[in-house]
Amino acid sequence: MAEAFLRSRGAVAEQPPETDVEMIVFKHVSLAFDDTVVLRDVSFTLRRGHTKIILGASGAGKSISLKLILGLLKPDGGEVWVKGQRVDQMSELEMMKVRADLGMVFQEGALFDSLTVGENVGYKLYEESDMPLDQVRARVEEVLGFVGLAQFIDRKPSELSGGQRRRVAIARAMTVKPGILLYDEPTTGLDPITADTIDEQIVKLRDLEEVTSILVTHQLRDAFFVATHEAKRSGQDVEFVLAAKEKLEEAEFMMLKDGIIIFEGTADELRASSDPYIQAFLS
Amino acid sequence: MFTLIDEWLKSAIGEVQEYVKLSVAALRGAFSRPFYFHDLVEQLDSIGWGSLTVVLLTGIFTGAVLALQSGLTLDQFGARPVVGRLVSASMIKELGPVLTALMLAGRVGSGIAAELGSMVVTDQINALRALGTDPIRKLVVPRVIAGVVMAPILTVISDFMGIVGGSIIAIFQLQVTSGQYWKSITDGLYVQDAWMGIIKPFFLGFVIVSIGCHVGLRTKGGTQGVGRATTNAVVAASVCVLAVDFFLTRLLITLLY
Repeated sequence: MAEAFLRSRGAVAEQPPETDVEMIVFKHVSLAFDDTVVLRDVSFTLRRGHTKIILGASGAGKSISLKLILGLLKPDGGEVWVKGQRVDQMSELEMMKVRADLGMVFQEGALFDSLTVGENVGYKLYEESDMPLDQVRARVEEVLGFVGLAQFIDRKPSELSGGQRRRVAIARAMTVKPGILLYDEPTTGLDPITADTIDEQIVKLRDLEEVTSILVTHQLRDAFFVATHEAKRSGQDVEFVLAAKEKLEEAEFMMLKDGIIIFEGTADELRASSDPYIQAFLS
Repeated sequence: MFTLIDEWLKSAIGEVQEYVKLSVAALRGAFSRPFYFHDLVEQLDSIGWGSLTVVLLTGIFTGAVLALQSGLTLDQFGARPVVGRLVSASMIKELGPVLTALMLAGRVGSGIAAELGSMVVTDQINALRALGTDPIRKLVVPRVIAGVVMAPILTVISDFMGIVGGSIIAIFQLQVTSGQYWKSITDGLYVQDAWMGIIKPFFLGFVIVSIGCHVGLRTKGGTQGVGRATTNAVVAASVCVLAVDFFLTRLLITLLY
């Protein structure tokens, strides 16, 4: 408490996280909009290759946490570190460099209506890189193939179903091979079968592309699928099997309630929790 | 009561502050990299070519009605042959720039506010930022440049169409000969008039587009908010066009005449 106070006054030197393993670190982060407190003294760490699954009811502060990581919002207090860089004090220009290694899948996909699926997926390469156009096209076809939508490359987002739009959003986020992927309610509003395909993409990216990820959701079914399964290559195909013990420990659950962390632990620890709110949430 | 006034004042000052910040960022973006040339070409086409029909129609009918009305008044002084001078001076100095700007406020300002507002409420602006693109450079700068470039061009077209519309009425209804009409224009038009008519639209184009962008990017409250933003953009841009026109006219009269 005293150390946090002194650090906020600049009296104690900030300790940067271990950059090789600690990909995202929240230290005593707080945020309020007018009189509404959204996050209250939130601290957590996401390690390389791990998946953090943030659960909570609507308005608990889940999506806001992702926007703080991306620098789309600034906290009122505390520190946000991404790959060893403190981002909560960075300018928009400095943040652009940090965002190069971050991918985000927005709640409704947030695809650009005026662009085709291919242009959406390759947006960053087309607009923000000098990569030759044929190479960009090849990469776009590759990632669209990864999410099973290669045949939709020339369609407009408005011609796709909800599930397809989310998969295109995942493809767009992974085009530049970011080390960290943030998913904001990627399965909300989708039917269970379509939601399964999204969950499988998340697991595939984590296990086959070694992407560190944060999954924000209130869909328990999807959260537990991602936490308890792993993807394995079997020839040309990809299989989804129950995760081994080590893999299970790499998926960390975190539950937010009114901007406060009320639980952190594995899937088994979450199920075993006796907290009445968590029990009500799980039921 | 005082609390309400206090809150309104704070909100108004906040809006002005944000508008100035956006304008400064757009100006800075226009002279530094990265520059999205493809988007600029798209906007030049959308604002310029897209507004051409409405500007042509506005110009020709304004010139025609001006000739009709002024013909009646000039008759009282036996000055019907100078109707061309009156139409051209009114169109070039005042009506051309202002009416073109008001048409652009309705067509372009509302379109920009609706487009950017929709992008805000569907998280596309955040997606742009997440993908490493500065929305001001990508969305605002090309629109502002296109507005500043196209408003004077459209104004000149509108002025010309107004004079042509006036000539049709002058020749076929007021029985003024074509030679008299065009001579009265060349005799009565000064180079200062042309300067005034061409300088104003640069500022008015900037005002319309920057207000559309500002209102669009500050949209809140879903699709209802987009509708509100569109209305606000047109109202604010139209009022600002008239106000800026007044102050610019005052300044240009001092400087040019």
